[in-house]
Amino acid sequence: MSSPRGGDKEGGRDGERQIHVLAVDDSSVDRAVIAKLLRSSKYRVTAVDSAKKALELLGTEPNVNMIITDYSMPEMTGYELLKRVKESPTLREIPVVIMSSENDPDKINRCLEEGAEDFLLKPVRPSDVSRLCGRMRS
Amino acid sequence: MENASGLQRQLARMKKDLFDQGYLDEQFDQLEELQDESSPNFVEEVVTLFFRDSSRLMANIDDALQQCPRDFHRLDNFLHRLKGSASSIGAAKMKNECTSFREFCSEGNLDGCLRSFQKVKNDHTILRQKLENYLQLLRQVGPVDKASRSGS
Repeated sequence: MSSPRGGDKEGGRDGERQIHVLAVDDSSVDRAVIAKLLRSSKYRVTAVDSAKKALELLGTEPNVNMIITDYSMPEMTGYELLKRVKESPTLREIPVVIMSSENDPDKINRCLEEGAEDFLLKPVRPSDVSRLCGRMRS
Repeated sequence: MENASGLQRQLARMKKDLFDQGYLDEQFDQLEELQDESSPNFVEEVVTLFFRDSSRLMANIDDALQQCPRDFHRLDNFLHRLKGSASSIGAAKMKNECTSFREFCSEGNLDGCLRSFQKVKNDHTILRQKLENYLQLLRQVGPVDKASRSGS
């Protein structure tokens, strides 16, 4: 499911036009579930296990239509990833969705104030993914 | 040899028992809903990932409980991750026991932590066995339409 670098890719039939979502989660279980949820909506998905790998990928492939990231990750949190994306002139237009298993209003507000597109409570459901469809970067 | 519909009924009964006994919740149904032709073994793959990760986390928790002095913050980090994974596959009993365990952690209550951890370990062992049986039967039944699998 994951490459040795901790990421996996799935190309679409029409790779240039297919919406590309970058999923970031250190939990292999959650990564598998979110990737499957997104692929079931016909998105092309790259799933990585750290914010550091996400930034490396964004450095080489900025054509990502949305980033969906777990909040609580070791080394760099999803919140810190969000800030780095929003501070970058090349990446700031990419919508960032945060996922968390904790319903913490302070955490949610902090993310939204920093420019997060949405905040999803885990476990993420198909209905959560459906509501993201109109908010991908075009 | 039992025919396909008999196996499907057996599968549905097995799943109903897992739900009725509180081992699984509706999140497990969500995983089964995601399984399709492009991912015909999705449930088994995710369950395998869960038991791999949870076994590792529980070994970390075991170590953390034996260290002196106990680092309850570190323990809580492991528990947060274990609870999250359990929640993601619908492992309800484990998820709920992790919640109790975290409360004992936040109080610095070592005895409570040790009792809770024993329950988590028991739930983990039982769930693993039950899911292995379920998945073994699922493999025999093979790809079925979702309505049949739900037993409706």
